Amino acid sequence: MNFIDNPGKLRGFEKHIKVEKVSRRSILKGLGITGGFVLAAPVMSRQALAYETGAGKMPHGVVVDPRVFVSVGPDGIVTIVGHRSEMGTGVRTSLPLIVAEEMEADWSRVKVQQAHGDEVKFGNQDTDGSRSTRHYLIPMRQIGASARTMLEQAAAKRWGVPATEVKAVNHEVVHSASGRKLGFGELAADAAKESVPAIEGLKLKDPKDFRYLTKGQIGIVDLHDITTGKALYGADVRLPGMKYAVIARPPVTGGKLVSFDPDAALKVPGVEKVMKVQGWPWPSKFQPLGGVAVIARNTGAAIKGRDALKLTWDDGANGKYDSVAFRKELEEASRKPGLVVRKEGDADAALKGADKVIVGEYYIPHLAHVSMEPPVAVADVKGDKAEIWAPVQSPGGTRDDVAKTLGIPEGNVTVNVTLLGGGFGRKSKCDFALEAALLSKELGAPVKVQWTREDDIRNGFLHTVSAERIEAGLDKNGKVIAWRHRSVAPSIASTFAAGTVHQAPFEIGMGLVDMPFEIANVSCENPEAAAHTRIGWFRSVSNIPRAFAVQSMVGEIAQATGRDQKDMLLELIGSPRIVKPAVKDLWNYGEPQDSYPIDTARLRKVVELVAEKGEWGRQVPKGHGLGIAVHRSFVSYIATIVEVAVDDKGKLTVPRVDTAIDCGTYVNPERIASQIEGAAIMGLSLAKYGEISFKDGKVQQKNFDDFPVVRIDESPAVTNVYIVPPASDTPPSGVGEPGVPPFAPALINAIFAATGKRIRSLPIGKQLEA
Amino acid sequence: MIKVKINGQEQSWDGDPDLPLLWFLRDEVGLTGTKFGCGQALCGSCTVIVDKEAVRACITSVNDVAGREVTTIEGLHPNGDHPVQKAWRQVNVPQCGFCQAGQIMQAAALLMDNPKPSHDQIREAMSGNICRCGCYQRIENAVHLASTGV
Repeated sequence: MNFIDNPGKLRGFEKHIKVEKVSRRSILKGLGITGGFVLAAPVMSRQALAYETGAGKMPHGVVVDPRVFVSVGPDGIVTIVGHRSEMGTGVRTSLPLIVAEEMEADWSRVKVQQAHGDEVKFGNQDTDGSRSTRHYLIPMRQIGASARTMLEQAAAKRWGVPATEVKAVNHEVVHSASGRKLGFGELAADAAKESVPAIEGLKLKDPKDFRYLTKGQIGIVDLHDITTGKALYGADVRLPGMKYAVIARPPVTGGKLVSFDPDAALKVPGVEKVMKVQGWPWPSKFQPLGGVAVIARNTGAAIKGRDALKLTWDDGANGKYDSVAFRKELEEASRKPGLVVRKEGDADAALKGADKVIVGEYYIPHLAHVSMEPPVAVADVKGDKAEIWAPVQSPGGTRDDVAKTLGIPEGNVTVNVTLLGGGFGRKSKCDFALEAALLSKELGAPVKVQWTREDDIRNGFLHTVSAERIEAGLDKNGKVIAWRHRSVAPSIASTFAAGTVHQAPFEIGMGLVDMPFEIANVSCENPEAAAHTRIGWFRSVSNIPRAFAVQSMVGEIAQATGRDQKDMLLELIGSPRIVKPAVKDLWNYGEPQDSYPIDTARLRKVVELVAEKGEWGRQVPKGHGLGIAVHRSFVSYIATIVEVAVDDKGKLTVPRVDTAIDCGTYVNPERIASQIEGAAIMGLSLAKYGEISFKDGKVQQKNFDDFPVVRIDESPAVTNVYIVPPASDTPPSGVGEPGVPPFAPALINAIFAATGKRIRSLPIGKQLEA
Repeated sequence: MIKVKINGQEQSWDGDPDLPLLWFLRDEVGLTGTKFGCGQALCGSCTVIVDKEAVRACITSVNDVAGREVTTIEGLHPNGDHPVQKAWRQVNVPQCGFCQAGQIMQAAALLMDNPKPSHDQIREAMSGNICRCGCYQRIENAVHLASTGV
């Protein structure tokens, strides 16, 4: 699941990813849709997409079935199902808006209902990989167009006129020749009797007639609820008789509980019970770590009770994990040959014969997601039935895992998806929901499991830690003729399979083997690295260290050869062309290369656009500097210019950020801007502060005091976002993640321009003060 | 028995007087608009207004607010049309939205104290409130808008 679309390639994955058939549900449970017009249509074929995407290869693929996604009430209210998880990208608005656009629904009379986890019914629901718009733009348009056509057919029959004479316009169907009109609500019952038009014959709207798409004037559907405190997150679910739980988990990954003394905890007012939680031996995918749960009448009492527990742990094999020593291990591995994952020409020979070799060694530590809502879930298990309420990015996977963990049929599990108070990949792992399910089963009562911030930082699924070493060989004219990039980092696959020492194809496909420069001799290598904690997806994943290394190296080459950073970057990108790296099974974010090639014309374009709009080369005050970086990820192209100011005490501020994004055909430019603005903050946070470190197997950080993130008073004064207008046939591509990777290297290149200091190890921390 | 007025309604509590106000609000009273983000007054997600001051409910005990008036996001305005709330919607501030109740309460408290804050004053006053999605530019603009008339 998630980023892994080719599980067979990863040893040991098969058993976790097996897709199981479950019986189809015939009703939209919990969606509150009654009466009126529920579109009846056969499941449409997937073949009629205008371009091919990897959507069909995701678990359970795409369901282009209007019955599932749309209903029209007799009152005219159109209900559209949002089947992806809302964690701040705006997807709960954007996808239903696409349907509304095509069906000519008036957005003010549209209700959005959140789908529960059921991938047979809704298609793949994994909200990750920046995939929602790119996989669902066309299917959602087709669903909307089906609904519109059926409403038009119903009106035409009512009036006894040819369907070609009527037209749906803003929530009603009009016959302009006679001036007659019928509202969607009045047509609902008749429209339901219409046969569904063949997908191949559907007429999609001409983009020039769009009222909502590409306009960006629609606020997110939850805007009012968010500003009034009514929006329902996972943490906000309350059930009658519900107990509140917090769990003490092993401080070292793979550790086990030896003994515990509950007495002091049980004396805390409000604490009702102390109980063991089942754990699974590491690695165990998303299964709980186990530990001791304190059950109370409120969360505050449960936390206080947990503080009073006396616990003894056996730390196990990872008890010696030490970030200082591990860094040395990774760096030493990066200095020796490793598994070759891309080879063109002869980089070894070319480096030996080079006039000059520039070596950059870069280090990027573990990072924690710290979504503002820490992991939390509510479960109500009764007999062989389970109902879950949780902020999960993977509703279908959660359902599957709850069923397996409890040993009940998947059809007996309902996963209600709440709003997510941030996700960033953390909530693609449903361990917290599994904990709640186990506790509820044992207690025979509904339970909310609340993770504290300390739990989130110490027991999460961290972003990997990475040593990246790049050697660039230059000829006597300063042209880069050789490129060797060794990337050493524990793999996410280690969370699924013991003994994993190499990165998975989806990881090396994020900025290592898809490196787009026009260089004759290229070697990309992946030396071995074992994991000693749980590694997971973090917004933009391996692109963070790769873009940092590659784009810093561009700055270093420019520095060494006395050239302008942007000119150097364009020279390395080279001619406009389609790059086809010599890589077996290039991951390409799960997308076919025909629809989503590595296109250097588009890469150049974002560099040129940001340079123009961001006034590259402008005069900046003393102590200021400009840096630039570009990176293709999630099949989008993003270039960023950062202006920094560094004062004489080494204090870093960011007066201005400019970012250009080419994400192909897009839906909501306003949310694209918000994602890019946020990506700059996340990029700045990880560059300035981001570091989770281990000593004696334990995470050394605990909360926002020692794992800081950027606050408003240090955020960029302004982030300007420029969206490349797409060609009419350019498929949509990712937005949620790709803004992050180019930020840190652009910042680091800017710091060099301002100070002459080259930072190769993140976070920056106090390095500028020295 | 501790008595405290929350959004104009009297509530009583006879449990642990040290219980953080945050959990009293969320789990005992059922006002879940106030969020838990860190438990250590580091992130501001739990910001409420006590009398006229912004406080972090996660480190404020129920006992601390005995006999005082607590306003949460649910009680800021009967229709959700406080100038700060309106400005937030006009500027499309939120992404995930989880921290926004705390941000809005902090901003409302700022404007009570200083109706026309400068941009620097806004950034300083709002610096205790973390937004991991990174909506800061819009937060600053929305507070400014609220202070100049929505």
